[in-house]
Amino acid sequence: MFFRKVALSSAFALMAGNAFACEISARVSIVGNEFAAIQAVGAVAQECTGAPVESNLTSEHQTINVAGLSGNPSEYTTAIVANSSIVALMNEDVIRPLNDLVAKHGEGLQETQLIKIGGDIMAVAFMANAQHLMFRKDILEQAGVEVPTTYEEMLEVAEAIRSQGIMQNPVGGAYKAGWNLAQEFNNMFLGYGGTHFKAGSAEPNVNSEAGINALNMMKALSEYMNPDFLTHDSNATNAEYRAGNVAIMNMWGSRASQQTTTEGVLEEVVAGHAIAAPLTVGGGTTPASTLWWDGWTVGKNISDAEAEATFIAMKHGIRPEMLNEETSPLAVWLIDGYQPTDAAQGVFAAAQMGTTPYPMLPYVGLLHSALGNELADFMQGKESAEQALVDVEAAYRAAAIEKGFLQ
Amino acid sequence: MLLFIALPIVSVVTQSIFAPHPAVLIEVESCTPLVGCTTETTIDQEATAVLRAEKPLGRFVGLDIYFDRGHLAVNEVGALWATTDSLGAFFSELGNLPFYRAMAFTMTFVAVVTPLTIVLGLIIALAINSLHRHLKGLMIFFSLLPMIVTPLIGSLILFWMVDSRGVIGSALVALAGDPDFSLKASTGLMWVALIVYGIWHAAPFAFVVFYAGLQTLPKDQLEAAQIDGATRWQQVKFVVVPHLMPLVTFVALIQLMDNFKVFEPIIGFNAAAHAQSLSSFIFNDLGGETRQLSSASATSVITIIGVAILLSPVLVRTWRDFKGAR
Repeated sequence: MFFRKVALSSAFALMAGNAFACEISARVSIVGNEFAAIQAVGAVAQECTGAPVESNLTSEHQTINVAGLSGNPSEYTTAIVANSSIVALMNEDVIRPLNDLVAKHGEGLQETQLIKIGGDIMAVAFMANAQHLMFRKDILEQAGVEVPTTYEEMLEVAEAIRSQGIMQNPVGGAYKAGWNLAQEFNNMFLGYGGTHFKAGSAEPNVNSEAGINALNMMKALSEYMNPDFLTHDSNATNAEYRAGNVAIMNMWGSRASQQTTTEGVLEEVVAGHAIAAPLTVGGGTTPASTLWWDGWTVGKNISDAEAEATFIAMKHGIRPEMLNEETSPLAVWLIDGYQPTDAAQGVFAAAQMGTTPYPMLPYVGLLHSALGNELADFMQGKESAEQALVDVEAAYRAAAIEKGFLQ
Repeated sequence: MLLFIALPIVSVVTQSIFAPHPAVLIEVESCTPLVGCTTETTIDQEATAVLRAEKPLGRFVGLDIYFDRGHLAVNEVGALWATTDSLGAFFSELGNLPFYRAMAFTMTFVAVVTPLTIVLGLIIALAINSLHRHLKGLMIFFSLLPMIVTPLIGSLILFWMVDSRGVIGSALVALAGDPDFSLKASTGLMWVALIVYGIWHAAPFAFVVFYAGLQTLPKDQLEAAQIDGATRWQQVKFVVVPHLMPLVTFVALIQLMDNFKVFEPIIGFNAAAHAQSLSSFIFNDLGGETRQLSSASATSVITIIGVAILLSPVLVRTWRDFKGAR
């Protein structure tokens, strides 16, 4: 047994080609989302020796991470989160400040990677993400139109493609009722200059001119989408794009590098695929998109030894040497020494244009749920934009009163 | 009984009349990559921890959550009653409140699927019972397939078939002659699809129960009926169905309960935009980034009450039969 371990670890050391020092003395258990960049981080963290490193990377991570970090000792020692999902963990007080661990083991981390909430470092970010434009340059050329920079131009492009009979439904969008639809509303709402809450309070503020404009623009875009758009999430939208049924869409940067490398993508899609900056709307200068980071946290309900081991293993997972030809294109890494690839230009453009970050507020998740549940009626033409937004605020208010954010 | 039934229900009821403490919010400077530092609101964990330690159950809210907009919406319904002038307008506005919209779908689903499942199950059972004995085993296996398939998989497969690029979807587009025709975009057609799925999935259960019942059918009664010159239809109506009546009650009970809690097809068909049920509300409450335990518990209790109301006629009948039999 002992010999096998020695043989295994030396084999790993040889494979990695350098004498990496990732020796841990307590268990590490990771929960997080399943997209390729996070898989890469998890795999590198599992190189650590001395104690078991387990990982559970699943798209259902957000429904299990709070429960998995509660309890003492908790099932997971770290959760990989984004700006939206860290809120639930902070609300439940299940992650610990990392100030001591960063001081002790944080050499090599960049200042910009540290997510600070009021003096406490609560997470270490390793990648950025944003939704931005993806399109088929061949189709746009065929239709004789320029690459749009605003949603108004996108409507013109869509009309040009449809009227020339090139594609029936050229616009794609992750408009599935629920989280995705609410996220598209958030993008458009911020693009029109809206703010989700009245300043300094948990009072909703979506029933405004910006809200109505955002809904009307989404409705106008949906006229150029597959009629099933309310059932299409990012995966289904990408499938339509890869099958050559969609010419232009707002899509996640984290999916840019895999867009044309999956099996079965049509040749003309591979040749014509292009990405560009996120669009603005309504004459605004802030893109109708949101800026995201992904990072890892360390659980509160675990021993200090486990916390230390977790920090060491996760930092190993995002060390500069993990970037290579295979992993570099997977994301827009915030890691020192990252050389942006072509697939990253959309997210970088989003950051440069001053895209608003997805709000990191304790009650934003409730508003997001309310938007996801109440906007489908408007998108189906069953009610007016005003009524939909009144419903959203009423649904949010009921939930916020229950959770103690409003009286 | 106490451990597996009473205790969980007590805990759900308790959870539904308590809600989290008022959040103590503070403004702090928060720093994130690519953006820099901004002032953000967050929860004051120390102050919240003190509150939680004092009263770990949370704050007592009584029936407030049952009556809020996400559930029975008492105030909203009252306001609607006062402002709408006709019953039609009242009911159409009522459909805007999530609970009543969900009930509209759930009750339609229950009312259509339950009787049709029973009738279809009975027809399949009679048909298979009259087959040659060598064919029976094979046919029983095939008839049971919809029930053997995991509900989520079954509904997903149907969902892909009715997609506007799927087999049934394309056929419908060709039939309708409209390239934009989509079953998934129409609430009415989506309801039909869900109901068809519900019957398809549940009929084998009714079939198996009735088929077992048919094996106990007294031969002499049937022969007597045949000698009296009863047609096949009369035999079924006056001998077979009365004999199976207790089983019909049993299947109806189980089906009413199951259909009231309709859930898998809504998820499998991605039908959230068109149809909701109390179970899908619970799923949404617990699946969001901020979990709403109290709201989910209140919906659970309402589900229990709803099932009890639905079952009461059947239960009362069974009780009467039981007393009459003694």
